[in-house]
Amino acid sequence: MIKTTKKVPARKKTTIGPAMAGSEILVACLEREGVDTIFAYPGGASMEIHQALTRSKIRTVLPRHEQGGVFAAEGYARVTGKAGVCMATSGPGATNLVTGIADAWMDSVPLVAITGQVNQNMIGKSAFQETDIYGMTLPVVKHSYLVTDINDLPRIVKEAFHIAQSGRPGPVLIDLPKNVQQARTQPVFPKEVTSRGYNADRRATDLELNEIIGLIEKSERPVLYVGGGIITGNASAELRQFVEATGIPVTSTIMGCGAFPETHPLSLRWLGMHGAAFANWAVNGEYQQRTNVNEPMKQIAPGADLLLAFGVRFDDRVTGKVDKFCEGGTIVHIDIDSSEINKNKPANLPIVSDIKFALGRLIAMIKERSIQKKFDAWHRQIDAWKAKAPFGYNVTDEVLSSQHMRDHLKGKQSEIILSQMAIETLYELSGGEAIITTGVGQHQMWAGQFYKFKYPRQLVTSGGLGAMGFGYPAALGAKVAFPDRQVVDIDGDGSFLMNVQELATAHIEKIAAKVMILNNQHLGMVMQWEDRFYKGNRGNTYLGDPDNRKQIYPDYVAVCNSFNVKCERVIFRKDLRAAIQRMLDADEPYVLDIVVPYTEHVLPFIPAGRTVADMIWKD
Amino acid sequence: MRHTISVLVENKFGVLTRVAGLFSGRGYNIDSLNVAPTNDPTASRMTIVTRGDDATLEQIVKQLRKLANVMQVLDFREHEYVDRELALVKVSVDSKTRAEVMQITDIFRAKIVDVQPKTLTIEITGDESKLEKFLELMKAFGILDLTRTGRVAMPRK
Repeated sequence: MIKTTKKVPARKKTTIGPAMAGSEILVACLEREGVDTIFAYPGGASMEIHQALTRSKIRTVLPRHEQGGVFAAEGYARVTGKAGVCMATSGPGATNLVTGIADAWMDSVPLVAITGQVNQNMIGKSAFQETDIYGMTLPVVKHSYLVTDINDLPRIVKEAFHIAQSGRPGPVLIDLPKNVQQARTQPVFPKEVTSRGYNADRRATDLELNEIIGLIEKSERPVLYVGGGIITGNASAELRQFVEATGIPVTSTIMGCGAFPETHPLSLRWLGMHGAAFANWAVNGEYQQRTNVNEPMKQIAPGADLLLAFGVRFDDRVTGKVDKFCEGGTIVHIDIDSSEINKNKPANLPIVSDIKFALGRLIAMIKERSIQKKFDAWHRQIDAWKAKAPFGYNVTDEVLSSQHMRDHLKGKQSEIILSQMAIETLYELSGGEAIITTGVGQHQMWAGQFYKFKYPRQLVTSGGLGAMGFGYPAALGAKVAFPDRQVVDIDGDGSFLMNVQELATAHIEKIAAKVMILNNQHLGMVMQWEDRFYKGNRGNTYLGDPDNRKQIYPDYVAVCNSFNVKCERVIFRKDLRAAIQRMLDADEPYVLDIVVPYTEHVLPFIPAGRTVADMIWKD
Repeated sequence: MRHTISVLVENKFGVLTRVAGLFSGRGYNIDSLNVAPTNDPTASRMTIVTRGDDATLEQIVKQLRKLANVMQVLDFREHEYVDRELALVKVSVDSKTRAEVMQITDIFRAKIVDVQPKTLTIEITGDESKLEKFLELMKAFGILDLTRTGRVAMPRK
């Protein structure tokens, strides 16, 4: 028989508070969880909680759109590792959170999203501003609650934070009807979570880990393929020790950027569709570039014979055609989420474990009996690949003959600013120390390529969902968490405009997050695909004013001026360096609108569903 | 391939939707689904019969285990188990056929639970093949209505 009897909690595991309203109980619970900031936009069904917040030491940041609020909470969570907290009212307020909740779900970000709900007796009656947000968010939450009894509230909040932050982190939604916010009771605050269904504790056995050591000893060309799991699992220090003890080169996903310092000689930077050619070769082998998928793949040099996939999910943007990914290699896959094992790519050695624990044990084992194998020939091969195809750019003929050249630069070739140059300059002037957030598109890939990340949680980007508009609100959240760090959003003109209203939040709340807009007047990534696969036919990818193409539209200097935010536009290369320095030196929000040509493509480029043999890596 | 999955869940708001959502979100049909409380009134057991390839099923089982309100998932491909189903069948009868229907009911150890001038309502319990066979025979007389519980299952050990 299955025992399901609930353990009776021992005494003294709870604290009983004075009689309070539900809204006050919620705020007291947040304080108990150590929440210092909440990003919240009020409305009829959540104003009770805002009233309670006015009497709390928790900082309430008012975004100018609920999506800005949830992205800011994500930015806060991604840089701290603590759950970000956001709140919205019922109906449209709640639905405006959905994109951010989905984003947190895809990138495993700890997030607690609180929504006001109409009175319980109005639920299901199409009441004003009623939506079934619980039902709407079911596929994109780690867990969710509709609070129906005020006495459950302390336990629910405790559980919500535990579930959001433990194991593989994720978003948790709490939907709180207004009558529950207004009801009064003596709250019973639990000190710990007792859950019968949820257990996040997963640990590899020594037997499994020993097998990894055996595989390393047998391999000639091992590669570590690491992802966001290293960062969310706080295992970067262990990873570095493991790498230095074994000499195994490391490539990461874009979510894993900074998990291992990209400035380290054993770093292969990141891999995948727009990742480093040398990383893709190290995993898959080097092939003659074919122009047609029907041609056979001709190998020049073999890739990894052992792939240590730690805290990754074999995303399609990483693998391309998944059965060709690391085709010849033995795959070891460690993840805390068992459903990731064998989901996209079968593993030869699957291990379900917390990665910090697994790496810690591996290091201890290696200390007892060190790895004998040296990978000198493999390191030489990788160095040769790095020398052959570093991340780079050229001023192409397309740029030289572009409209931008004629309209804005009067044909002066030396004055062209490419996006890549701007990011390189930012990297240099910020000493590689800034926290970088991004929107989604070409600029996001270039930010990954031309800014080298030394620390975990240094790159904040919407990797899985690919949500445009993420960059600036996420930068605000990061800056709120770390007011003394330089936080710069590298953004595109398309992405930035999607949450441009957050300039008001930055100014009013005095959050000195910076933005560097790489303004090419286009949706650059879609345009790149149009060029490659649709003969350059433009399908709504031009963002400027078709009646006045010479003008840069919109005028961000004027826009920012109306928000009382400083902004300058840079068109000529001679002005770039000083302008970036002024942006970095500012102690207030600052927008730098850098005008770049739209004719650039992000390279390397492995078209979707293709293989490393189809990688375009030279202009 | 057909699978019988048994899911032990906490009796909490929205659990059924979460479980069903994992199937619908992957384009998987549920053949039958049965839910009711267990000996512990705070827990319910669901028995789900579905069909699909092994890889997708492995995913569904793992995803089910991730749900915070799910305490146990058994995929009965690998286990010894007993299963039963109950059906209520309303069969059309007249003075000529009534005796024959009652006779078949008897052979199948089924029970007549309601008698009307032109219908008999029969309760039958058993495994799927027994039910199918019985329903096949009843078709000749005319099935007017049918309700099935779907499969319920439990491991032998």
